Amino acid sequence: MAQAIDWSADVLREMKARDINTLCTIPDGGLTRLLNLVSEDQDMRLITLSTEEEGMGVVTGQWLGGKRAMIAMQSSGVGNCINALGFPGVMRVPCLMLVTMRGQWGEFNPWQVSMGQATRPVLEAVGVKCFPVDDPAEIAPTFAAAADFAFNSRLSVAVLVSQRVIGAKGFGQK
Amino acid sequence: MSTQSSNKLSRRPFVAELLKQRNGALVVPGLGSPTWDCFAAGDSPEYLYSWGGMGLAASTALGLALARPDKRILCLTGDGEMMMGIGSLGVIADQAPKNLAILVLDNERFGETGKQKGLTGSSTDLTQVAKGFGIKTTMIVTLQSETQALADLLFRAPGPVFAVAKIALSEDPWRLPEKDGVTIAHRFRVALGIEQA
Ligand SMILES: Cc1ncc(C[n+]2csc(CCOP(=O)(O)OP(=O)(O)O)c2C)c(N)n1
Ligand SMILES: [Mg+2]
Repeated sequence: MAQAIDWSADVLREMKARDINTLCTIPDGGLTRLLNLVSEDQDMRLITLSTEEEGMGVVTGQWLGGKRAMIAMQSSGVGNCINALGFPGVMRVPCLMLVTMRGQWGEFNPWQVSMGQATRPVLEAVGVKCFPVDDPAEIAPTFAAAADFAFNSRLSVAVLVSQRVIGAKGFGQK
Repeated sequence: MSTQSSNKLSRRPFVAELLKQRNGALVVPGLGSPTWDCFAAGDSPEYLYSWGGMGLAASTALGLALARPDKRILCLTGDGEMMMGIGSLGVIADQAPKNLAILVLDNERFGETGKQKGLTGSSTDLTQVAKGFGIKTTMIVTLQSETQALADLLFRAPGPVFAVAKIALSEDPWRLPEKDGVTIAHRFRVALGIEQA
């Protein structure tokens, strides 16, 4: 029998291995475990934002001060970030994002579909390199590769975790 | 020569006077006018000039303040720019960096784009907003004679602190600094000893 995969713990380990000690977020259901692990960890800082694009500011300020930070958000939040992504972009500040997808695999909520379907094309339109992943076992390795890519090339990168991994939420309805 | 239409603070000499007292503080100016003000006061690699990213000055200053607790950080921005990133004040209050100060140059207008009326001229009181978000130390400045007290607050009082300076709507000569983002970021990091020149 396959071992249950704790991708959140694995991602946290990869973050620490790269000195990414600050995680900015507007939460999503699929991020709960990772956010809990970060907030319980003495060596990590969780920054709760009021809107996702603030993450581009925080990450840029951290980098300019010699530190590494990243952002975790739902795909809908990507829509809030588009102009803001030009800010780290024009300074070649690496902006690393972990995005949990909605509006795709078995989506229950039609209000998520527009931005969910637009997430990758819109990110690519503003120059963000996308690393989609739909196998839980591949999340941490993909995240590690994306993080190395971001910090070595000083480009903005998004890991897009498929709704297939997180599961579609049914709000108790069928 | 700058021209101005009221007896409020005149932004260029006011900013120049304040920056004289920064004593090594790093400055994150908002896009446009506050960036021109800093450059007009004398170029420094410790000014993170901005030509875009409206709304991100406060969150950028927060990221920097948390990265560099050994340095004082001043976010020097406009009323329009501050309003676009207003929720950042809640994030700042929550993170509570002791080394962070925010000063809004409030001309109650979107000066840069043609002086259209903003929200702080009629209904919004930014210091009340900041207090509501949980920033305890705030100040409103309307007189040149208060510059010293403001400098003490911005550069020496325990942060986070938030101040508003009511400034005149003025017509100042263009003073445009470096606009290549990579260059601005590089020289900033060199000044902090993070990168080689
Ligand atoms: C997202 C975004 N919207 C609009 C603009 C256009 N814009 C540039 S500066 C500015 C006004 C800024 O006003 P304020 O911060 O009050 O500065 P002031 O020039 O009045 O000192 C605007 C609206 C922009 N650059 N980005
Ligand atoms: Mg203004």
